[in-house]
Amino acid sequence: MKEKVYNILLYVTAAVIPILCGGIFYALCTDAYGAFQHFGFFQFITSTDWNSTPGHEQYGALPFITGTLMTTILALIFCIPFSLPVAMFVGEYFKGTVVASILSTITDLLAGIPSVIYGLWGFFTLRPLLMAMNISPQGSGVLTASLVLAIMIVPYAASLSAEFIKMVPDDLKEGAYSLGATRAEVIRRIIFPVAGSGIFSSYILALGRAVCETMTVTMLIGNTNNIPTSVTATGNSMASIIANQFGEADGLKLSSLIAIGLILFLITAVINVIGKIMIKKARIS
Amino acid sequence: MNIKTRIAKDRIQLWTVCFFAALTAVPLLAIIGEVVIKGFGQISWSFLTEPTPTAYKAMKAVQAGEPIPGGIANGIVGTLIMVGMAAIVAIPVGILCGAFLAENSKKRSAVIISFLTDLLQGTPSIIIGIITYIWVVVPMKGYSAIAGSGALFIMMLPLIIRSTEETLKILPTSLQEAGLALGANRASVMLRIQLPAAFGGIFKGVLLSISRVTGETAPLLFTALGCSFIRWSINKPISAVPLLIWEFFNDPHLQDLIWGASFFLLLFVLTLNLTAKYIAKKWNQ
Amino acid sequence: MESVKPILEFKNTCVSYTKQTMAVKYVSAAIERNTITSIMGPSGCGKSTLLRSVNLMHNLYSNIRVDGEILLNGENILDMEPIDVRRRVGMVFQRPVPFPTMSIADNVMAGYLLNNIHISKSEKAKTVEQCLRSVAMWDEVKDVLNKKGTFLSGGQQQRLCIARALAMKPDVLLMDEPTSALDPIATNHIEQLLLELQKEVTILIVTHNMGQAERISSHAMFMYLGELVEYGDTKKLFSQPADERTKAYLKGKIG
Repeated sequence: MKEKVYNILLYVTAAVIPILCGGIFYALCTDAYGAFQHFGFFQFITSTDWNSTPGHEQYGALPFITGTLMTTILALIFCIPFSLPVAMFVGEYFKGTVVASILSTITDLLAGIPSVIYGLWGFFTLRPLLMAMNISPQGSGVLTASLVLAIMIVPYAASLSAEFIKMVPDDLKEGAYSLGATRAEVIRRIIFPVAGSGIFSSYILALGRAVCETMTVTMLIGNTNNIPTSVTATGNSMASIIANQFGEADGLKLSSLIAIGLILFLITAVINVIGKIMIKKARIS
Repeated sequence: MNIKTRIAKDRIQLWTVCFFAALTAVPLLAIIGEVVIKGFGQISWSFLTEPTPTAYKAMKAVQAGEPIPGGIANGIVGTLIMVGMAAIVAIPVGILCGAFLAENSKKRSAVIISFLTDLLQGTPSIIIGIITYIWVVVPMKGYSAIAGSGALFIMMLPLIIRSTEETLKILPTSLQEAGLALGANRASVMLRIQLPAAFGGIFKGVLLSISRVTGETAPLLFTALGCSFIRWSINKPISAVPLLIWEFFNDPHLQDLIWGASFFLLLFVLTLNLTAKYIAKKWNQ
Repeated sequence: MESVKPILEFKNTCVSYTKQTMAVKYVSAAIERNTITSIMGPSGCGKSTLLRSVNLMHNLYSNIRVDGEILLNGENILDMEPIDVRRRVGMVFQRPVPFPTMSIADNVMAGYLLNNIHISKSEKAKTVEQCLRSVAMWDEVKDVLNKKGTFLSGGQQQRLCIARALAMKPDVLLMDEPTSALDPIATNHIEQLLLELQKEVTILIVTHNMGQAERISSHAMFMYLGELVEYGDTKKLFSQPADERTKAYLKGKIG
């Protein structure tokens, strides 16, 4: 009897997840349908107009798709020079030592800071700094957002890659050392090739993180509805346009924002699925 | 290449790695430093017990050269209510679902649910905000604490499932077998032996998930909305600390309150984060 | 008897993992050129530790200390750069570990690749063939040189690892129980191979298998609790052991 109740309970709670995922997809699709029907799917994702004047309503997602792509790819590039050394430090050079655990704690804490506080720091510290250095004239923009995003994703990329670097068997490393290789050579010729697919998939998942991020980007990207023309230009990402305009939207605009949400959901889903599959493959081999 | 150059290269690489790895501590220190320096002075008894002033009152105070009256009590109460409600539902559901995944790890249904859990975990928080808006705010015809906690529940769930599943999976299988050999059914073995043995890891996962959702702003934007006085009812708009930070950021009159609120939030979130890791370490010893 | 200058000489060599315990205690022995010397002893007696000290493998782990002297052609390797020593002293490990991301040919040339030594294509092809021939593997793999080495059998993988070590043209080849993970047929192959190889290189081999030591080595060492108990001609050590402990080991009473 008890066993039976337990089993039913397990299956019922386990069903929550598929219901939530299916529900999210279904709800986004039904509510985005209006926008796709009105503009056409391709028109919607390739149009750059964003005009909410009554009677001239015109919505297109291209500026925001571009904004998201630019910020996340830049963030990924900025994050590599920091996350890779951290991974090498923790996973190889100082593996298992106190300094490595201190560095891990530091990156864990970085991962724990709420995104709204990253946004504040970016706005009140980094933005004036970029302006003072004449890098970015108005301070806000794609560059500022992606710099802060880069800091935010370092912990994810670093801890996952460190895990793969750690997994390279000592046998292989000793084999390479026995042939007279230096540590740098062992890392380059043995550790990186062996852990490569795992490290690569860590960066895919880090990219997924960056695409998700809302508040930091909203606070730093400048919030203009155009395609950013340069890295220092302002724009909007898919998440930030929703955060900015969803509150007062209704009708076609609401549907268009939800349509952007659907596209964002699909993009993150694809990135995460690819990342997870690659991670699983890398773990097995 | 001669040996001296190779050794030199090796050294250079070591120092470069150390340098860049150490650099990742800079943003952490900069962010914590800025929040502490600017925010610590604002923390007072009235800051923690009084609600946010209206923009007009704040403006008057600034004009008169006085400190802004009031504080973030409305946000603290809202955060407690919403995180508390979300946790009460997410903890049992998450643990049971994690138990399901750990017990049936080879079944097709568990593989699919595990995959969907990853998908849900990777879903942008702003999308979860939209979904809760569609599912809860629209039918209830208004923003509410219920909607806010619903969004936080969806965010917490995959985190708790994952940590439960992973902790249960690393328990020795002999533990389960020993229990079953004594004639206990699977329900008792799970509830009396496996889950208590996994308590440390699960508790850590729960604390980390609470720390994570406490700092979330995006899913509350169109669900809890915010409220400028202390409110205990759950079917009306309500505030939260990260939501207040966002409001202060957007309202020039209230900007003086921003660092105190950030200090409070950061202190709470990071303390919870470190406590979780400390407890897990103690428990494992 | 004519005294030949030894290629490798241990002088009061000690290895310690912690301050209190020594894994190898004051070992002194001279190894002659182009011989096979086997190191025997029960597990935990320090034979692998001694062997690994010749390749300075202990430098990889900060807690291990090596004291005394180890002379390679009269030079103390403890004062030399590890990467230089390791090029001159090859090592083959217990488990065959070809590099999984490299092709068979690249595995043979791994020492050159790792050490950034650039050689011409024809020279490379020549070395690959020569090394694979000397481990009697050329005919088996000459058509699949560009494939990854992971599909090879255990015995083939171990021979590939020997070829990899030989490609660096070492003076001394260290082998840490190279056949313990292999089946009897592959073991036999490797033993035959070692007898051939001693013309080119001096071999120091750790083995658990007394039969193997008797079959292949001209000299033998017996170690017990970190001490070198007895060292000498293999036949003599097996037929007339001087020390009681050696006698007990050979009779199977210890180990």
